[in-house]
Amino acid sequence: MGEVNFFIQAIIYLTSAIIMVPIANRLGLGSVLGYLVAGIFIGPFVFGFVGTEGKDLLHFAEFGVVMMLFAIGLELELNLLWRLKFWLLGLGGLQLLLTTILVFLFSIGFQFSWKSSVALGFILSLSSTAIVLQTLKEKGLMKSISGQASFSILLFQDMAVIPILAIFPMLSEGDVVTNDHGHSLVEHLPGYQKTLVVLFVVIGIILIGRYILSPIFRLIAKSGSREIFTGASLLLVIAISVLMTSVGVSAALGTFLAGVVLASSEFRHELESNIEPFKGLLLGLFFLSVGASMELPVVFQHPMKIVGIVVGIIFLKALVLLLLGFLFKLPLDQNLYMALALSQVGEFSFVLFGYSEGLGIFDKDTIVILVACVALSMAFTPILLLLYEKTIFEALQSKAPKKQTNQSLEKEENPVIICGFGRFGNMVGRFLRSNGIGITILDYDADRVEMLGRFGFKVFFGDATRIELLESAGLEHAKVLIAALDHPEKQHELIRNVKHHYPNIQIVARAGDREEAYDLKEMGLSFIYRETRETAVKLGGDVLKLLGTRSYAAERAKNLFLTHDDETFHELFDLRKDRVQYISLAKQRNSELERLMFVDLGKEDELDLDSWSEMERM
Amino acid sequence: MQQYFLFDDLIQMPKILIQLFHPFLEKSKANQMLLDSIPISDNITLRDLYELYPNFTIDVKLEQKILMEHDVILFQHPFYWYSCPPLMKQWIDFVLEDGWAYGKNGNSLDGKKWIQAITTGGSNQAYQEDGFHKHRIEDFLLPFQRTAELCQMYYQSPFLVQGTFQLKEGDFQKESLRYRNLILSLLEAKHG
Repeated sequence: MGEVNFFIQAIIYLTSAIIMVPIANRLGLGSVLGYLVAGIFIGPFVFGFVGTEGKDLLHFAEFGVVMMLFAIGLELELNLLWRLKFWLLGLGGLQLLLTTILVFLFSIGFQFSWKSSVALGFILSLSSTAIVLQTLKEKGLMKSISGQASFSILLFQDMAVIPILAIFPMLSEGDVVTNDHGHSLVEHLPGYQKTLVVLFVVIGIILIGRYILSPIFRLIAKSGSREIFTGASLLLVIAISVLMTSVGVSAALGTFLAGVVLASSEFRHELESNIEPFKGLLLGLFFLSVGASMELPVVFQHPMKIVGIVVGIIFLKALVLLLLGFLFKLPLDQNLYMALALSQVGEFSFVLFGYSEGLGIFDKDTIVILVACVALSMAFTPILLLLYEKTIFEALQSKAPKKQTNQSLEKEENPVIICGFGRFGNMVGRFLRSNGIGITILDYDADRVEMLGRFGFKVFFGDATRIELLESAGLEHAKVLIAALDHPEKQHELIRNVKHHYPNIQIVARAGDREEAYDLKEMGLSFIYRETRETAVKLGGDVLKLLGTRSYAAERAKNLFLTHDDETFHELFDLRKDRVQYISLAKQRNSELERLMFVDLGKEDELDLDSWSEMERM
Repeated sequence: MQQYFLFDDLIQMPKILIQLFHPFLEKSKANQMLLDSIPISDNITLRDLYELYPNFTIDVKLEQKILMEHDVILFQHPFYWYSCPPLMKQWIDFVLEDGWAYGKNGNSLDGKKWIQAITTGGSNQAYQEDGFHKHRIEDFLLPFQRTAELCQMYYQSPFLVQGTFQLKEGDFQKESLRYRNLILSLLEAKHG
């Protein structure tokens, strides 16, 4: 970190991000570009707040990419992977192959040796998972055809990184400088043993994730402290990364695997929301450092050359994608979107360039120029997409028939979310479910979640007061949120959060007693339900019947009482702070109610049934 | 009357279903009197619909099953605004389904009798063409008659207790006896 204090660094990075990202978002460029630009500004060539340690930071921040893959893994269920297999292997495989071949041919044409041409082909065939997925997520296109296709291709690329890393040493041109990339434990082993070890580790991760992690998380959950759960989530991701790098496999892939394994567990959303802030910040840091490590002077020395290369790369990659899109019968508007979205070079190329420098595949100057090109190609993506959306995309969309894909990446898109599945929430849940309403259930009681799981209820463990958890449970797609938490403070926190972040979602809330109901009304809710009200009145109605009242009369008495009670509730609301007035009004309302009840039970003649016969005598 | 029922198990007697629809039975002396006069028999089923369905959620399947088990359907209800109380209308709307009571394959009620026992506040004179209401009760009951006919039931003229508010104790007893006799005659009627 150099001699500059760590905190000062943090202040610089965070401040620049806080300034640039909202601006970029406001301009519709997406946060990725915001981070990149912020990075360029604080970099050594503009303001020089941070020196060349951007590169060291890159290594640290790559962990954001690892976490992102973990999060992607969490959202993937195996059956979805299975559904996408055609695109994954077909689109993904062909994209990598064709792009590599084309880049190879070009660079041979530009007098590169064949070995470096192959390396360059591999490097440039990758696209940026971070940028594309972030952009797709922000624009809500994850579930569109282009989103699914992009995702398949990116996933294939992430998997392909492993063999690419294995191939690279063979492409080295002469003296191998000992690289600092991954001192792997398996380096001295012959090839087939390496493969075995890797296989063993991967299978180990799958088995452990399947059978050991859930019980462990359940135990941690029972201990009931949230930070420990967060710690455990982080530990999991870090441990897997270290394990994978130690056997020479990309950490991203390992955590991705772990994510996929955990995708079917009830802790899925909780894990996701625990990782979310770290992931977001680290990714931001990653883009910042990409910006900061851009060698601007080099760019200014060879402007034409670099612009040429960048345009060339983008054009070539997009063309390949466009062709494949036609081949796989994607609708034109979606196809174009995918082609542009994936036209940049991925962040993993920075890793590969560093690696290849050590292996002596490229010389330093070439690498500097290429890194600048990659960063620029990344920066162009949001701009290109924005231009495309504003012009062609909209025109095409109006023409193209709206095709709904029923494949979705995120499975939780139920119209109703129930927070708290205790005695109250579960009644509501069962009622809605029996009427065919899709519900997503969140509960913070590990035992209960486990028990309900045995009964075939899909319940997610987690603290519903955390907006990230709600978001990963599909809050943005929900129409109604049922707040049924037992603790008033938690309930308030939940409602405040949702009201603040998603003002359009209808909140219906449970209250314990009148006072709690007043508090909720004060928060601006209009759907408030006192837990025991209807039940108590129903019991009362049955007592009336036991004492000889007819059912229908009892029914009307109950309804009358409830209506009156509602009115009283709203009337007394304004006076609740003024004890004296409150009590006198309450008394007055009660005597009024008493009179009404008498009337309704037929103790006074309220239905003047003989008026007809009176009229006849007139 | 006891000997009358000796033949209960020898002769196939028609089964009578009395469907009472009264939202304020506790206030209707006339209807309470009528109920008290209904003879006790295995062939008579009395059901108090407002007691069964105070919240108007009718168990359609159950109602249909019970209808199938009877030959005479007698609706006992007060006359409100020239028609029946709302639950009875609801009952008609929900229970007499297309494809069950009428329409294609809707022949579950074929040949059963439909009869209404109605209490009216207004007197007999009031329900004449030159009376206060300008029409006879039978005219007001046209929708019910058509309902029965559409379900291929035999519509019988209604049993009326009129001017309930002017009835004296003696009148009540007379009317009760009349009602009892009506039900007994329905029981005697050859089935089919």
